[in-house]
Amino acid sequence: MSTEETERGRSLWSDAWHRLKSNRLATAGAVVLVVLALACAAGPFFSQSYEDQNLDLGAVPPSAQHWLGTDTLGRDLLARILYGGRISITVGLVATFVALAIGVTYGAVAGFVGGKVDAVMMRLVDILYALPFAIFVILLMVFFGRNIFLLFFAIGAVEWLTMARIVRGQVMSIKKMEFIEAARALGLGRRRIIFKHLIPNVLGPVIVYTTLTIPSVMLLEAFLSFLGLGVQAPMSSWGVLIKDGSEKMEEYWWLLVFPGALFSLTLFSLNFLGDGLRDALDVRSSKD
Amino acid sequence: MIRFVAQRLVQTIPVVWVIITATFFMIRFVPGGPFTAERAVTPEIMRNLEAHYGLNKPLYAQYLDYCGKVLRGDLGPSFKYPTRTVNEIIAEKLPVSIELGLISLAVALGLGLPLGVLAAIKRNTWIDYVCSSFAMVGICIPTFVMGPVLILVFAIHFGWFNASGWYGPIDRVLPSLTLGLVYAAYVARLTRGGMLEVLSQDYIRTARAKGASETRVIMRHALRGGLTPVVSFLGPAIAGIVTGSFVIETIFQIPGIGREFVNSAFNRDYTLVLGTVVLYAGFIIGMNLAVDVVQVWLNPKLKFE
Repeated sequence: MSTEETERGRSLWSDAWHRLKSNRLATAGAVVLVVLALACAAGPFFSQSYEDQNLDLGAVPPSAQHWLGTDTLGRDLLARILYGGRISITVGLVATFVALAIGVTYGAVAGFVGGKVDAVMMRLVDILYALPFAIFVILLMVFFGRNIFLLFFAIGAVEWLTMARIVRGQVMSIKKMEFIEAARALGLGRRRIIFKHLIPNVLGPVIVYTTLTIPSVMLLEAFLSFLGLGVQAPMSSWGVLIKDGSEKMEEYWWLLVFPGALFSLTLFSLNFLGDGLRDALDVRSSKD
Repeated sequence: MIRFVAQRLVQTIPVVWVIITATFFMIRFVPGGPFTAERAVTPEIMRNLEAHYGLNKPLYAQYLDYCGKVLRGDLGPSFKYPTRTVNEIIAEKLPVSIELGLISLAVALGLGLPLGVLAAIKRNTWIDYVCSSFAMVGICIPTFVMGPVLILVFAIHFGWFNASGWYGPIDRVLPSLTLGLVYAAYVARLTRGGMLEVLSQDYIRTARAKGASETRVIMRHALRGGLTPVVSFLGPAIAGIVTGSFVIETIFQIPGIGREFVNSAFNRDYTLVLGTVVLYAGFIIGMNLAVDVVQVWLNPKLKFE
């Protein structure tokens, strides 16, 4: 690899970086996300316990001692939100990673091999697209127990379809370019061409859609938790907290409002960041 | 076009069959049956129950029985409501969900389309920013947050609506608003994007050059092309409204098929779960087909392959 090539590569990314930095909404989103992630990662070490009950105290509104109040069992809401955030963010990241791994591999193979294989593979994606997948996730969670690993897998298995389509489209256009021809002429194997030459070049769109997949994954997790199919007590995720809050909101509004607001804020930030990245990396929303 | 529809219908048969088969065996391979939750019954009663529902036959025979019945349009008896069949339950609950879905769809389109068109026409003005922010808010606040908050504000605080139930027309407002707002937001976004793309095209300039009024340009010429992304979104939107109804019907305690589905899954009411899954699959596949047809009709560049 010549130095010229690395030079050019770097300038592309630094270009994008500058464009992203000048997008105020995207920057704000990124800052909010970093702060939230740090708070959720480190917060539980400093805050009060998320599972210690104080039944004499019961549910109290926000105060100096409990900034966001406590729930009906006297547990500190802030601590529970931070702890729940760990679970929600973890599910969001891991399940997105599962979706990413399946989608990128599938799309890259379909796009690269082309022909009949591609037609069959993408027809399958079309069919899967039309299926009521949330229903299957619900059935899986009901029947096989509320296991967090199953949750990762189930959500990831639902969310990979769009990624596969995008990667396929990108690969189709890139594989006709000369450097792939050169790699093939050098006698490199298919697998090596796919993983070493194709995938690095579809990174831009993949990054953008990964950022946009995380919120939809977190939404699905919260949706399942809301139906009582997510993580189990005493663990909690934002979805569980929102569910609990909505059941008790008539007397204790803060149990609904704070987790709900924080969750929405996270979704906002991720979407703004995703949109900003899309503009910065100049990814067309390629649907076909 | 008839050939296109027929072809697609033939393609859906194996899909529906795979769904039925997968769900059937998935349900049977998990621990816990429909009668395990109840009080302990004597072995004789258990045997009788199983014989009554055909659960004592070998699995493949049950499967074939079921497939045969589905072909005849019979979804079998419910396990949890012993006196009723799945067909009866669906016939009772489905209209409620359809009504909720249709009103929500009307909210989504009635709110989303005008906002999107407006934002596109008044691009980069404060009107555009207001419409676009509305869309972002709608997308980022999930239904299970929006629903309880709407109840908290408009039902509990102001007392304008009932917090739950499905009796008078007024009970339709909050649920369909909750469910429709998210999709209104997406529709507004897609309409704006689609309109912006179309408005910069040559045939719009031609229309303007010929002296068509601005209203006529928008309504007659731009809208038809600008709506293409919205129409292709309708497929996922309808599927989303269906699954969204699980949450909405739970929050507002609406006696629809969505809540019934979630309950039946928890109760392991095999036949009811299967019946609702078959129903949903058929419905969503049918809707996708309808969307495809409308799309080609709107955009002559596409052809029925």
